[in-house]
Amino acid sequence: MAKGRIIIDIERCKGCALCNSYCPVNILDLDITTTNLKGYTPLISTDPDKCIACGFCAIMCPDSVITVERFIKEAK
Amino acid sequence: MNNVKTVYKKSEGLTDKYMTYCPGCTHGVIHKIVAEVLVELDVLDRTIGISSVGCSVLNYDFFNCDMQQAAHGRAPAVATGIKRVRPNSIIFTYQGDGDLASIGIAEAIHAAHRGENITIVFVNNAIYGMTGGQMAPTTLIGQKTTTSPNGRDAKTQGLPLRIAEMMATIPGATYIERVSVHNPQHVRKAKKALMKAFTIQKENKGFTLIEFISTCPVNWGMTPKDAVDWAVDNMIPYYPLGVFKDATVGEEK
Repeated sequence: MAKGRIIIDIERCKGCALCNSYCPVNILDLDITTTNLKGYTPLISTDPDKCIACGFCAIMCPDSVITVERFIKEAK
Repeated sequence: MNNVKTVYKKSEGLTDKYMTYCPGCTHGVIHKIVAEVLVELDVLDRTIGISSVGCSVLNYDFFNCDMQQAAHGRAPAVATGIKRVRPNSIIFTYQGDGDLASIGIAEAIHAAHRGENITIVFVNNAIYGMTGGQMAPTTLIGQKTTTSPNGRDAKTQGLPLRIAEMMATIPGATYIERVSVHNPQHVRKAKKALMKAFTIQKENKGFTLIEFISTCPVNWGMTPKDAVDWAVDNMIPYYPLGVFKDATVGEEK
């Protein structure tokens, strides 16, 4: 189960792929099936269920593309 | 699963405008941490930034605070004037190596020497990015640029200039540190350094300069990740990271 999720602002992304080399679970890649309005190949999360919400991708993103949200576990 | 906590989002210190930097340029990372520090110190509404000339020339569009454009290299002089007229404002300059280390070195040295209460964010990427990759004072020995196609030669073109070490010898400077943004851990360290610099300015303790090791993937001819690795392998051995001067250490004891 995913510990969190990332929200990608596709129109801001320049497809530099700096973020995906820092992802500890290797779930980031460029979506080669599409381009954004500026003509770049944007980022996609290939396996959102594996996301651990560490925020490394968001910290390294030069264009503030990524928002990271962590799920809060409900007490049982 | 309705309960979510946002752990990272775009800083309020940045505008919504799309940054004009090349893909993978670490200018964007440095912009982000400057903006985050200004927001966290709660000084964004009384901050005035000074843009330089170079790749960062358009940064008055990106920072969500008051900005002023200065002539090439003269940002510390403009910052001095604004700080003296508006002493309660937080003043920072954002300069590259062409702006600060080359044409504007006199202004930077004398602003430090006078102990002006400003913060300089100095971005060192060892090349002139905006004008097409010419040799900068900080270009490494052997590094190929458009004006040193056989690599920089120390005999004819001199040695690379270490700005942080040089500024640390100036008596008027208060806090000088060199940081890097090549991985998330170092981005956090860099943010701490900026936080310290802006806190010193907020407490009117004097001149602070933070030098950032940055990359230029386009003019170095590499992918963004390769450029970051190149900076780690080649730049950091010549430009070691660390605090070079901290005049506040004695006061705390």
